[in-house]
Amino acid sequence: MGSMQDLAAHPPVRTATDLGPDFWASQGQNLLFGAIAVVAFLAIVALIMFGADLIKGRARDKVQLAVLVSPVLLLLGVGLVYPALDTTWLSFNEITNEPDPDTGIFTTTMQFIGLDNYRFAFSDPSTFRTIINTFVWMILVPLMSTGFGLAYAVFIDRAKGEKLLKSLVFMPMAISLVGASVIWGNIMYDYNQVGSQTGMLNALRELVGLDPYNFLRDNPWNTFWLIVILVWIQTGFAMVILSAAIKAVPPEMNEAASLDGANAWQRFWRITVPSIRTTIVVVLTTITIMALKVYDIVRTVTQGRDSTDVVANRMYVLSFVEGREALGAALAVILFIFVIPVVIYNVRSLNKAKEAH
Amino acid sequence: MSVTTPPQQPVDDPTPVKDHNGRSSRAKKAKDNLTSPWATAISIIIAMLWTIPTVALFMTSLVPGDRYRTDAWWTVMADGDLTFGNFGQVLFDSFGDNSTAPPLLEYVFNSIVVTVPAVVFPVVLGLMAAYAFAWIPFRGSSFLFVLIFALQVVPLQLALIPLLRILGPENLGLAGEFSGVWIAHTIFALPLSVFLLHNFVASIPREILEAARVDGASHTQVFFRIIIPLSLPAVASLAIFQFLWVWNDLLVSAVFGSAETYPLTYPISNLAGDYGQYAYLVPPAAFISMIIPLIVFFSLQRYFVRGLLAGSTKG
Repeated sequence: MGSMQDLAAHPPVRTATDLGPDFWASQGQNLLFGAIAVVAFLAIVALIMFGADLIKGRARDKVQLAVLVSPVLLLLGVGLVYPALDTTWLSFNEITNEPDPDTGIFTTTMQFIGLDNYRFAFSDPSTFRTIINTFVWMILVPLMSTGFGLAYAVFIDRAKGEKLLKSLVFMPMAISLVGASVIWGNIMYDYNQVGSQTGMLNALRELVGLDPYNFLRDNPWNTFWLIVILVWIQTGFAMVILSAAIKAVPPEMNEAASLDGANAWQRFWRITVPSIRTTIVVVLTTITIMALKVYDIVRTVTQGRDSTDVVANRMYVLSFVEGREALGAALAVILFIFVIPVVIYNVRSLNKAKEAH
Repeated sequence: MSVTTPPQQPVDDPTPVKDHNGRSSRAKKAKDNLTSPWATAISIIIAMLWTIPTVALFMTSLVPGDRYRTDAWWTVMADGDLTFGNFGQVLFDSFGDNSTAPPLLEYVFNSIVVTVPAVVFPVVLGLMAAYAFAWIPFRGSSFLFVLIFALQVVPLQLALIPLLRILGPENLGLAGEFSGVWIAHTIFALPLSVFLLHNFVASIPREILEAARVDGASHTQVFFRIIIPLSLPAVASLAIFQFLWVWNDLLVSAVFGSAETYPLTYPISNLAGDYGQYAYLVPPAAFISMIIPLIVFFSLQRYFVRGLLAGSTKG
C-alpha cells in the first residue's frame, strides 16, 4: 500500500516538479494577479476614503457617505436589480437570429411575444416536468432537513459528546454540492449491471439478499434520491440553528411540565416546539430558497436525464448551452415567483422588528 | 446562503445559553427521559449515516483504476491493494476524460485565485455600506436597506443572462477572466454581507460612536478607528461563510469563467457523470477539493456557527 511504490508502478505519473516551467509560470502569474488585485483594491479603497477626509467644511460628511454606500448601490443596481428587470423583460420576448431580407446579414432581433415562453414552459412536457420536480425539491428538502435536524438536536441535547456528535452531522456543510454529488452519485448509489455491486447501498442490498437497484434511473424515485443529497447537507444547518434555539428555552419550563407529569414526547410538542416556532420557520424558509436554486446536484449526478431535471439546471442549459435565452429567462422568472411569498414574509418581519425597536 | 430574519443581537454574543451549574444539573434531571436509549440509538444511526459516505469517498479514492469498476473498496482493502497513487495521478498528471487533460493542480490554483479576492471584495464593501446604513442617517436609507435585504433571496439565476452580457466582450470584456468571476461573486455576495455586518455594526454601543463624532471624528476616521476593529468577529464569520460559498460554487464560475479560470468543482462535475475508463479519478479529485474547506471548517467552526446564528436565528 506504500504510495511511493505505487507512484513508481505507474510510469506516466508526473510529480509536482515534473510539471513544466510553463505550468509554474502561468500559475505563478495567476496567483500574483490575484494578490495584486486584493492589494490594489484595498489601497484604492483606503486612498479614496482618506482622500474624502481631506475635504474641509460641510461637504465632507456628504462625500464620505457617498464613498461608503455608492460602491454597493452601484454594484447591486447594475449587477442585480437591472439584470433582474432585464431578465423579466427578456422572458416576454423572442430572440431570432435570421438573415436580413434586404442585406442578407444575420441580425438578432427581439420581438415581444407576451406570455408565449411561459405557455411553452407549462405545456412542453419535459420543461413542465422540471417545474414539478423543483416544486417537489422545494417541499421535501426543507421538511426532511428540518425534521432530521430537529430530532437530532433534541436527542443529543446535553448528551455526552454533544459537540462531536454535532460536528459529524454539521460537516457536510463544508463540502461542495459537487463533492456531495460525487459521494452519493458515484459511491453510495452506484449500480453495476453485471458483476458484483461496488456501490455502498447496492452492496448492502446484496448483503441482505435484495436485488440491486438502479437508484438514478428509476423515475420518479430518482428525484427523491437526488433530494437526499441536499438533505444530507442541509440537516447540519437546521440542526445547529435549532439546537441553539432549544438551549435558549428556559429549563424551568421543562421541569415544571415534568413535575406535572408530562412525558418527554408531550414536553417536546407542548414546550420545545412552540418556544422555537419562529426559528423553525426561519430554518424552513432558508432551506426552501436553497432547494429552489440548486443546480449543482442535478448537473453533476444525472445531467437532468431520466426526468430528474430541475428549473435551475434547465435554465442554465437553455441560456448558456443551447442559446435559447428568452426561454431560460422565463424559467428564471418562474423561480423568482416561487420565492416571492418568502420575500414578502421576510420584509414584513423585518419591518415588524424595526417598529418594535 | 440566504438568511432571513431581521436584525437581532450582536453576532459576537454566543447565543447558546450556557447553563449555570445549579441550573444544568436540574435541567439534566428533567432531560433524562428524553435522552432514552432509544433516542441515543437513533442519534448514533444519524451520526453514522452522516459520516460514512465521506469515509467511503476517501476509501474509494484509494482503489486503483484497474479494479475501480469491478471491486468495491472493502474488497480491494482486504487484498491490501489500496493505493495513494490516484492522488498523485490526479494532481500532477491529468484529470479528465482523456490523458492530455490538464492536472487537477491547475484547478486548485484557479480555486485559490478565484476565492481570495471574491472574499475580500464583498466583505470590505459590505462593511462600508453596513456602517452607513447603521449609523449615518440619510434620505432613502431604510428603503434601500429593505431592498438590499430583499435581494438576499432573489435567485441569482434572475441576473445571470444580462450580467453576462454586461461583463461580456461587447461591453466590459471581463467574462472568462478572473476579474469577471470576482465581480460576479462580489455582486451576489453583497446583500448577505451588508445585512449581516449591518446587524453587527448596529449593535455597537451608541456612546462610543457619539463620543468620537463629538470629538470631531469624520465618518472615515470612525470607520477606520472604531468600526473596523470592533467588527472583526463578524468579519471573520462572514469571511468563512463567503470562503466556503465561493470555493464550493459551480454556477457562477461556469457562467462567468472560462477554461483559464474554472475552479475545482467544474472538471469534477463534468467527469462525475462520465462512467468511462477515467471514472476512478473522480473520487480522489472530489476528496482533494474538500480538504481545504474541511480544514477551514473544523478549525474555525465556532466563527462559522456564530455567523449562521447571527444571520438566521432569533435568540
